[in-house]
Amino acid sequence: MTGEMKAGTNLERVLRAGHFAVTAELGPPDSSNPQDVIHEIGVMEGAVDAYNATDASGAHCHMSSVAVSALTAQQGLDPILQISCRDKNRIAIQGDVLGAAALGVGNVLCLTGDDVTAGDQPEAKRVFDFDCMHLLRTLRIMRDKSMFLSGRPLTTAPKLFLGAASNPFAMPFDFRPIRMAKKIEAGADFIQTQYCFDIPRFKEFMKRAVDMGLHEKAFIMVGVGPMKGGRSAEFIRKNVPGVRIPDAIIDRLNGAPKGKKAEEGKKICIELIQQAMEIEGVSGAHIMAYKLEHQVPDIVKGAGLWPRPQMAAVESPVLTEPVAGD
Amino acid sequence: MSIGSWLRDHPQMLERAYGSTKTLFQKLDPVIKRIGYERVDRWISGPEDWSKQKIFNCKMCGQCVLHSTGMTCSMSCPKNLRNGACGGVRENGACEVKPEMRCVWVEAFERSEQMGTWGHEITHIQPPVNRQLEGTSAWVNMLTGVDKEVPKGWVGINTIPVLEKNGSGS
Repeated sequence: MTGEMKAGTNLERVLRAGHFAVTAELGPPDSSNPQDVIHEIGVMEGAVDAYNATDASGAHCHMSSVAVSALTAQQGLDPILQISCRDKNRIAIQGDVLGAAALGVGNVLCLTGDDVTAGDQPEAKRVFDFDCMHLLRTLRIMRDKSMFLSGRPLTTAPKLFLGAASNPFAMPFDFRPIRMAKKIEAGADFIQTQYCFDIPRFKEFMKRAVDMGLHEKAFIMVGVGPMKGGRSAEFIRKNVPGVRIPDAIIDRLNGAPKGKKAEEGKKICIELIQQAMEIEGVSGAHIMAYKLEHQVPDIVKGAGLWPRPQMAAVESPVLTEPVAGD
Repeated sequence: MSIGSWLRDHPQMLERAYGSTKTLFQKLDPVIKRIGYERVDRWISGPEDWSKQKIFNCKMCGQCVLHSTGMTCSMSCPKNLRNGACGGVRENGACEVKPEMRCVWVEAFERSEQMGTWGHEITHIQPPVNRQLEGTSAWVNMLTGVDKEVPKGWVGINTIPVLEKNGSGS
């Protein structure tokens, strides 16, 4: 799938050129020091095409995703700004997107978001003025119609490559491909899935997606991640909403010799990427290596995805002409 | 089992009841219009709240889409998702936020598959909620058409061709 360039970000160029793309999650710091972000980017530099800046994932507050994305863009690298509908209403979100685009952010991942009760401040007020479908559509309207949702015109529309998440591993299974189709219709140009540990289930999901032609309308990236060991995998399975880790994976991690468990986790992650690459319609991998970011280069090398393609320089979205209204 | 949950598990019946009530309100529209929509809203929003609360755990958003969501109130989802299910559904089909509750959208999808008339509307994308309508009568809002109004910039996407072709995907 090639298609019309929407934002010209590095990620979009890699995907439209037909390369198997790689993205990774940046763990935002609990700090106001920009060097903490720059250090983490450095750990993964060269191994990925774009960096996801998470938006208080698991309802835990960290440095804001707009700031982490802007710092990433300042390093000449390609950020993916994650926006959750949990903490901001439609007014705040549209303003943040304009601001982020002005700071060089071109990729936005639109999420509903984990509930406040998943975090360490469960007494907070949940917002959910929008759901991810509304968020996707609104950003698409801002990009393509050069206006706010209210219809008020923008003088310069943000150039955006829009993403959405999909969880093929959560009920209702038959509805998951339909919901992904809705997200694509709403505006998603790319999809990043939840952690995939169950290849047969993922294959089934992708078959439905391919039958519906969704892989020709959006780039579908499989979500993967290394586990530190059986205990941490069990913790994630129990505490992170929507993550399914089969017993077989946990047994394999537990069965690895002491001191070699993280190595086994890395190996599993590489195998999962390689298996997913064989599935029709999969355009890339999204690596969520929480507190194991240093493993990302090895995972990318192990999966045979090193070096990353060198694309022409990323255009600055603010220097482009405004997009005309309808 | 309460009457409400028994009814919710018979979405075909609720679907028929919705159809008849809708027709009744449409027939009464000239009368309601003469009395005044605001006055009728004051009269019926209370009883509407009471009955829909009993049956659907209704939150009185004022823009009811029950027939498009398997006769299951999407506002009773703790995240108020008009376009669920979110990715946090638990392995047993329970809600991410309230583990003791079955996911509203898992139920919505299952029930929509039993509904002959409006079941396919589960594939539609619902527009953002107009928070100004909270607490008002959805029936009156249906008659005035205010429940169908969307923000000026919203570009309608009601039906999705690939999903229409594939039916409800079952």
